[in-house]
Amino acid sequence: MKFSLEWLKYFLETEATVEEISEKLNAIGIEVEDIEDPAEKLEGFFVAEVLTAAPHPNADKLQVLTVDTGKGDPLQVVCGAPNARAGMKGVLGTAGAEVPANGMKLRKSEIRGVESNGMMCSTRELELGDDHEGIIELPGDAPVGEAFALYNGASPVFDVAITPNRPDCMGVYGIARDLAAAGLGALKPLREHVIEEGFACPVEIRTDDPEGCPAFYGRVVRGVSNGASPEWMQQRLIAAGQRPISALVDITNYMMLAFGRPAHVYDLAKLSGPVVARRAKAGEQVLALNEKTYTLDESMTVIADDNGVHDIAGIMGGEHSSVQPGTTDVLLEIAYFNPESIGVTGRKLGIATDARTRFERGVDPAWLDEGLDGLTALIQRICGGEASEIARAGKAPSEAKKVQYAPELTQKLGGVSVDEAEQRRILAALDFAVSDDWMVTVPLRRHDVEGAADIVEEVVRIHGLDHVESVALTGNVGVASPTATPAQVLERRLRRAAAGRGLNEAVTWSFLPPAEAEHFAPEGNGGLWVLDNPISEDMKAMRPSLIPGLLSAAKRNLDRGASSLRLFEIGRRYLRGDGGTSDERQALGVVLAGEKVSRGWASGKATGFDAFDAKAEALALLEEAGAPVANLMVMGEAGEQFHPGQSGTLRLGPKNVLARFGALHPRTLQAFDVDGPVVAVEIYLDAIPAKKGKDVFARPHYAPPALQSVMRDFAFLVPKGLPAGDLLRAIRGADKANIVDARIFDLFEGQGVPEGQKSIAVEVTLQPGEASYKDADLKAISDKVVAAAAKLEAQLRG
Amino acid sequence: MSELETIQSDAESRIAAAADLNALEALRVEFLGKQGSVSGLLKTLGKMNPEERQEKAPAIQALRQAVADALAAKKDVLEAAELEARLATETLDLTLPAPEGARGTVHPVSQVMDELAEIFADLGFAVATGPEIEDDWYNFTALNMPESHPARAMHDTFYFPDTAPKGGRMLLRTHTSPVQVRTMMAEGAPVRIIAPGRVYRSDSDATHTPMFHQIEGLVIDRDIHLGHLKWTLETFLKAFFETDDIVLRLRPSYFPFTEPSVEVDVGFAIVKGKRVLGGSGDAPGHGWMELLGSGMVNRRVIEMSGLDPDEWQGFAFGVGVDRLAMLKYGMDDLRAFFDGDVRWLQHYGFSAYDQPTLSGGVGARA
Repeated sequence: MKFSLEWLKYFLETEATVEEISEKLNAIGIEVEDIEDPAEKLEGFFVAEVLTAAPHPNADKLQVLTVDTGKGDPLQVVCGAPNARAGMKGVLGTAGAEVPANGMKLRKSEIRGVESNGMMCSTRELELGDDHEGIIELPGDAPVGEAFALYNGASPVFDVAITPNRPDCMGVYGIARDLAAAGLGALKPLREHVIEEGFACPVEIRTDDPEGCPAFYGRVVRGVSNGASPEWMQQRLIAAGQRPISALVDITNYMMLAFGRPAHVYDLAKLSGPVVARRAKAGEQVLALNEKTYTLDESMTVIADDNGVHDIAGIMGGEHSSVQPGTTDVLLEIAYFNPESIGVTGRKLGIATDARTRFERGVDPAWLDEGLDGLTALIQRICGGEASEIARAGKAPSEAKKVQYAPELTQKLGGVSVDEAEQRRILAALDFAVSDDWMVTVPLRRHDVEGAADIVEEVVRIHGLDHVESVALTGNVGVASPTATPAQVLERRLRRAAAGRGLNEAVTWSFLPPAEAEHFAPEGNGGLWVLDNPISEDMKAMRPSLIPGLLSAAKRNLDRGASSLRLFEIGRRYLRGDGGTSDERQALGVVLAGEKVSRGWASGKATGFDAFDAKAEALALLEEAGAPVANLMVMGEAGEQFHPGQSGTLRLGPKNVLARFGALHPRTLQAFDVDGPVVAVEIYLDAIPAKKGKDVFARPHYAPPALQSVMRDFAFLVPKGLPAGDLLRAIRGADKANIVDARIFDLFEGQGVPEGQKSIAVEVTLQPGEASYKDADLKAISDKVVAAAAKLEAQLRG
Repeated sequence: MSELETIQSDAESRIAAAADLNALEALRVEFLGKQGSVSGLLKTLGKMNPEERQEKAPAIQALRQAVADALAAKKDVLEAAELEARLATETLDLTLPAPEGARGTVHPVSQVMDELAEIFADLGFAVATGPEIEDDWYNFTALNMPESHPARAMHDTFYFPDTAPKGGRMLLRTHTSPVQVRTMMAEGAPVRIIAPGRVYRSDSDATHTPMFHQIEGLVIDRDIHLGHLKWTLETFLKAFFETDDIVLRLRPSYFPFTEPSVEVDVGFAIVKGKRVLGGSGDAPGHGWMELLGSGMVNRRVIEMSGLDPDEWQGFAFGVGVDRLAMLKYGMDDLRAFFDGDVRWLQHYGFSAYDQPTLSGGVGARA
């Protein structure tokens, strides 16, 4: 909300500077977002008198003026305005000045061969109005040479943010009241209005919707003339960002901005029959002042007459009965609408207006008669006319809230002790009535005050939050205890392990384009979470997997010319839980794309990533996560997003999938428009079993064996389809007392190996216990290895 | 010169002249081999009588020793020369690049969250979490924003078409504050937590992204007041920015879930075009920057969270993590946080070993 210093001072007697006022506004909770001083914008513009005006020798529409600026010789100025003439006074922009409307910097120039030393300005150029037909004409007594800003009474403009709990400060007077309470000056008493009521209100005023419109007051004023509003009012409105329209419209805007009190003025000639606040009929339509037609429903309160709806109550008036330049008789409306229903209607219709903002937050229910009298008085002063009596329908809420308060609460809640007398002074200045035993009666306009905490806030904010001293939290003497949960520890550890392995952590959007999310949607999970009101179609569906976001990030990088990408992210997958809840599961995604090793002097050609790179990341990270990696089974079913022959899952038992990994399916790459191969990993952190047992620090006992281990090599011919991992597992299990490890060191198909078979060479590590192996021992172990392998149709090669 | 002396001198000069190890070996055979000349002299000792042997043996033995020593010494020399010659052929151009390892990084948001967890752990705050797909009740109603509350409209909420289990719409949480309610309901009081995480607002421009990160702080106890809030914020900011020069300005504000509500500004100066925290915002060349919203938890929130508001009271605050990261580490474009541009990640990301610790300082030096 904007207001000028001049307007504020109309209500507040103060000598404070703009800076002091600004500081105090911030201190009491009215945040100053900006201060604009029009005098700065109008620097270099002066009141000037046109001495002579002669036709331009080279242009029909231009004139050459000599202009008296009050200093030195008159200046020659070329001007295109039709109203420029000798003897008139206007506003001259001199060289160096910047035209507010377009930022153009004025300088001495030649216009069609004639020197020009400045510019005579229109109201539009100075952002003082819309007129661009001619230059500004100032009255004959305007002092030549005076800075125009000074002459025009330019006043600094505050732009403040009013929090939604303070509709009473959505008017300059309310702000002045708060400032006065905070000691920045004295609130001037409001003018008393005695309206001469010449006749009974000729229009029947009724509220048939006491819930939506508890109170509806009306008054007719006859014989008004709706010209332009006076200069002082226009200046205040312009400073507040309101365009002057006509006296009647400006006056209602003025009431709203000065007192936070929206009102409405109808052209009486357009009304017929009783004017009634009622619920709209379903489907009823109204053409509103913004020239849009709205279709209403039965939850909405409207003001209507016999012919139909004239006003979406408290939100926007109707076009049909709006006041026009020729309007002579008007009906004034001041009402109290139910804040909640205004909010509901406003949201349904999608209309945001200053009136709605105020009604929705709650106007002052105690200020109906005064408001209507103030409105009437302004209209009579500016537009003339004869006023009727007030027609009153319904009754605004009038029961003041009472709150039991205690002055020590400022200390208990606010951490600051405030003198009791000062507390009483502050509350009184804000119109709170305080009894001897601290029963506080809340002014009706303060809808936000409900309990003692609110009273504390009032006292403390006016007293000054800068008086609150820091007080240390107690407890925790000594070394702080760990606070992270096992899940948090796991996440942190994995993040740093992944970064330590050369992966770059990305943070990607939680939402995806629906098609991409659908591509990764898990089966049978009740579908994706899809937003109703996404910011764009590309950010509509919540991710069911971390891979698509990383894949898109990889694509963006590749498109920018990156050659190698190792991205990871730790975050949530959004699934559906029981009974409509969300089931968010922490996962770690890895995407490896582009070159694994770029071409090099030693390594030769660039090589890409393959499924084993994905497997390596999966296993290394699972190991860091404390998963029992040795017990994991490599199985299939990584999902249709993966290459069916180059992907797998890592499981603990057949059901518990800890991770999936592998090369992505060419169709996935096509869907994301990425060149492959791209490999990916997804680790499901929630599936990793927690460490069991109480002994969190001590490791199992271990002493390095005294005797050296022994290696034995075996080469087997196995069926081509036999997973190598099965052979390894069989060999490791052949003699657990002696075999501590088995590694595949060669894999061969082709010459010398029969069709349909492959050769696997395994290095087996044997660890003797108390005594060294004798030949017979080694023979026995070898036999067990060969026998175990034979169960898988593996034959020892000769 | 005796005969033996002649033999020795001749042998020594020939050994010295040996060109390589092969030639040296041939000389060894010639002098000391089974048929060697010196070996032959040694054999003559066997045929002598004891007196004669006693007289001649020392000289012959000395000759054999001298030749053997000369051979050994020459062998060392030749071997050293040979090694040197071999090494000379093995020279590498070590200005060629070594194999490159990939350099991994931790995202600034994660780094800052770790830093905050570290600082708040020292103040006794545990880390709590809650769902991001929330229901209307936790995100709004329980935080004293009933259905028609105007503040709801200010939240630019993302909604799902789905109805929440207990009625109302499902939505993306607009702040981390629902975790306050969930924590109080689950754990009762006293409470001392921070709750970091993703939050969402339907807002997108140069300084706003539809997803960002927040950290919520909540302290519920019997005698907590605004002074504790101020101390906590000052202490955390001083630790986070590793400077004692942090000046806060508390301004009254409004949040439905706190009463009184306090907006917290921090003083800064412009240094080389960037905001640097420190000093009072009212000092020359300084300004105030809105940093976070906070206040004393509204008694209705405490009540709806199942606690007795006459017994328990406390404060809450919420601060943007991305914002803190930008202020501390100098990024200036929030949107870049979520783009995954590897150049940006490499530049602003952190080493895996930049694990924040209190003893080493929670901040990672540039």
